[in-house]
Amino acid sequence: MTAHNNWEAVCTVDDLVPESGIAVWTEAGPVAVFYLPHHLPALFAISHTDPFSGANVLARGITGDLKGEPVVASPLYKQHFSLRTGICMEDESVRVKVYPALLDGDRVRLKVPASQRRTTAA
Amino acid sequence: MANKTLIVIGNGMVGHHFLEQFAETPAAADYDIHVFGEEPLIAYDRVHLSEYFGGSTHADLALGTAEDYAAKGLTLHLDEPVTELDRDNRKVLTPKGEYTYDAVVLATGSYPFVPPIDGHDRDHCLVYRTLADLDAIRASAEGRKTGVVVGGGLLGLEAANALKSLGLEAHVVEFAPRLMPVQLDADGGALLKRKIEELGVQVHTEKATTAIVPGEEARLRMNFSDDTHLETDLIVFSAGIRPQDTLARSSGLEIGERGGIVIDDQCTTSDPQVFAIGECALWDNRIFGLVAPGYTMARTLAARLNQDAEAGFRGADMSTKLKLLGVDVGSIGDAHGATPGARNIRFNDEQAGTYGRLVISEDGKKLLGAILVGDNGPYDTLLQYALNGIDLPKNPESLILPVSEGGAPALGPDALPETASICSCHNVSKGDICGAIDAGCTDLGAVKGETKASTGCGGCAALLKSVVDNELEKRGVEVSKDICEHFPYSRQELFHLVKVNGIRTFHSLIKQYGKGHGCDICKPAVASILATCWNEHIMATDHVPLQDTNDTFMANMQKNGTYSIVPRIPGGEITPDKLIVLGEVAKEYNLYTKITGGQRVDLFGATLSELPEIWEKLIAAGFETGHAYGKSVRTVKSCVGSTWCRYGVQDSVGMAIRLEERYKGLRSPHKLKFAVSGCTRECAEAQSKDIGVIATENGWNLYVCGNGGMRPRHADLFATDLSDDELIRTIDRVLMFYVRTADRLQRTSVWLENLEGGLDYLKEVVLDDSLGLGEELEAHMQAIIGTYQCEWKTTVEDPEKRKRFREFVNAPEKKDPVQHWTTERDQRRPLANADIA
Repeated sequence: MTAHNNWEAVCTVDDLVPESGIAVWTEAGPVAVFYLPHHLPALFAISHTDPFSGANVLARGITGDLKGEPVVASPLYKQHFSLRTGICMEDESVRVKVYPALLDGDRVRLKVPASQRRTTAA
Repeated sequence: MANKTLIVIGNGMVGHHFLEQFAETPAAADYDIHVFGEEPLIAYDRVHLSEYFGGSTHADLALGTAEDYAAKGLTLHLDEPVTELDRDNRKVLTPKGEYTYDAVVLATGSYPFVPPIDGHDRDHCLVYRTLADLDAIRASAEGRKTGVVVGGGLLGLEAANALKSLGLEAHVVEFAPRLMPVQLDADGGALLKRKIEELGVQVHTEKATTAIVPGEEARLRMNFSDDTHLETDLIVFSAGIRPQDTLARSSGLEIGERGGIVIDDQCTTSDPQVFAIGECALWDNRIFGLVAPGYTMARTLAARLNQDAEAGFRGADMSTKLKLLGVDVGSIGDAHGATPGARNIRFNDEQAGTYGRLVISEDGKKLLGAILVGDNGPYDTLLQYALNGIDLPKNPESLILPVSEGGAPALGPDALPETASICSCHNVSKGDICGAIDAGCTDLGAVKGETKASTGCGGCAALLKSVVDNELEKRGVEVSKDICEHFPYSRQELFHLVKVNGIRTFHSLIKQYGKGHGCDICKPAVASILATCWNEHIMATDHVPLQDTNDTFMANMQKNGTYSIVPRIPGGEITPDKLIVLGEVAKEYNLYTKITGGQRVDLFGATLSELPEIWEKLIAAGFETGHAYGKSVRTVKSCVGSTWCRYGVQDSVGMAIRLEERYKGLRSPHKLKFAVSGCTRECAEAQSKDIGVIATENGWNLYVCGNGGMRPRHADLFATDLSDDELIRTIDRVLMFYVRTADRLQRTSVWLENLEGGLDYLKEVVLDDSLGLGEELEAHMQAIIGTYQCEWKTTVEDPEKRKRFREFVNAPEKKDPVQHWTTERDQRRPLANADIA
């Protein structure tokens, strides 16, 4: 199968950690990919950058659900971000970018909008 | 059969309360009761008067209806002021007629004091007491811009709020140097002023108005004694109240020098057929300008008319708790510390905008008074300490310090005596509430309906709820202690479920006993329970997603996403060679290096991918993980002891190393710190630790459950002159009992304070083995010690586990781009976010 050219292959299924997150480097910068095998869909991708601290740490947060909404808790100051919408549950005016994610065979692909692509890697 | 007549003059809050209390008592049957009100409206709630501008109507504020009065057999004469009290002929006169009486109750209340300033009687100079006054203020404010309140007391600030809610630019002019001079001190008043000004009300203190003259830009101009002036469209006087004693005065009743109808403890005036209650009455040369004391007088009089010999008014608590313009203000008892020998504790947080002051008795045991501004959270607890003379905790300052982990718990409802007054408006004690529950009330609403508690000013609502919850719980009604939305269990209950059912994964626990997928509260708690019960490697696949990042990556995350590393240095003893290795590793990876308070070395600034490389080097040099990231044993601090010290009586370093080697790796509800001192000089500060050991001539003294940090607690002496082996066995039992019974994130100090039976109970369990648990606790500890493994050693040796430390799984060479560093005192540190931009 050939993915559309803005579906970027970022890693394989083996790289994922069930119920947790990993970080990948994409053309849009650092992205956190979460794999929740008991959810449908099971794959989520949001920005890896914690908007409250500016540190790239969100993939290292604890996942779970709050009132049914799948979330990750920032490991620094513990705010919860929805994995579906990126909205911060404690402060709805803050949100992180969300990226569509899918499994293509054993590859994990993310859709990174052209506008967000960086021409040079940092 | 009624053959006598009782006349009540005044239909305000206190007069109404008297009728409520009296109408259904036996003595009321002897009387025809007539009630005269000057206002055309039935008694209403003046405490919440400002709500009238927020949309409330008289019907909302009314305390009763004409039908209620009729049903109780009361004859209500509204809009009918009494013009004369003719005591010689025992009759009262009104414009509509005359009525004879056998007894009269004066509940005429008070009137607003208007200072005799030149021009005070001009149009648009108003007062704030009745609904008619509020109508006048509303009419005057129509289409206008500015309003001034004269008087910065409690009522004045209420009035300012009313002006603000009418859309006026509101000013408060106060003669005294601060707001609420009766209730607050200088710091409290200053903070209140700042907060109120932030809300858009201008406050002018130390201003004496000399004249009110026509204005140039607005209707009126106020001239002040300092030659300044202020223009305004209307002025509301709220400079205090005066007892409404005109009728009593003209009838020749005894009146106080500065006004007020003189009454005795039974609310009787100088004429035994005439009584007075509320703000018009002068008791012990005092006027009580709050509703609660007026209600107390009303109840006293109702009892007195029923020949209750015990009844008597004996003064009243003038403590107040208010929300003025949205700002919390509380004042309790001797707020100004006027009691001889009184001591003060003040906490003034200008950043957070809160101020607290405690006035404490000379012996430090009792709370005499308090002031709160900005946060009334502690008010209920403080009021209970003051009113009931309950002994203060050892560190009373914690009562007003900001609430935080390990902060002072609110005074539990169990600590209150049966006689404790919960609702002072309706004089409801804790005993009354227990009585209502015993009589069949099963929820808060029912208790309120039965006792009227919390239906007056409402200030006791939170306290009432905690008392009702506590009493219901004691009677077997469920009250939630769930750890989070996913598990309907406490940590201790989860511990038992895991242990008893042999559950080894989070997934099977939540499937059997919970719902949903878990969260950052329950997952780490369960991980800690699993680690304590089964002591498997915390990097096992099933456990990884349960842990906080510090546990997952076995290092401490810092503010920029990098980690710090603390290798174990048992007892703080380290060879020069190992110290050199630490220096070399730190230099190679450019790690900021600092000595910790626990006699170890902390290396800061390692990236995720550097962690396994660094640990490979440290392990090769003989280091082990220091568990600085875990809820587990941190360090055993020691002084140098008898091996070197001239004074040491035991080998404290040797014992510290033995303890640290024994308990390293033990998972617990919170971190554990130990110390061992080699003599009574206590250089290792063992009494501030969870487990403290101090050498004696004959062995070791053991101290338990101390704490440093935010809420210091001295450890309690637990056992004396123990041999080495006795010491170990005792610590085994104490620690295991703590691990099994403590709540999530509960330090040993808080655990002991909440343990029913306290220190004595702990001694029984551990020293006398009262539960027959001793051997089991020791065996459990032995099992944990037997399965110890250095988590970092297992990790660096396992390629699969090392994979977790890739910063970006698809770009191993890439470093985290958001790391900005600067150099300070020859070491690097992260730049603050603000410095980067």
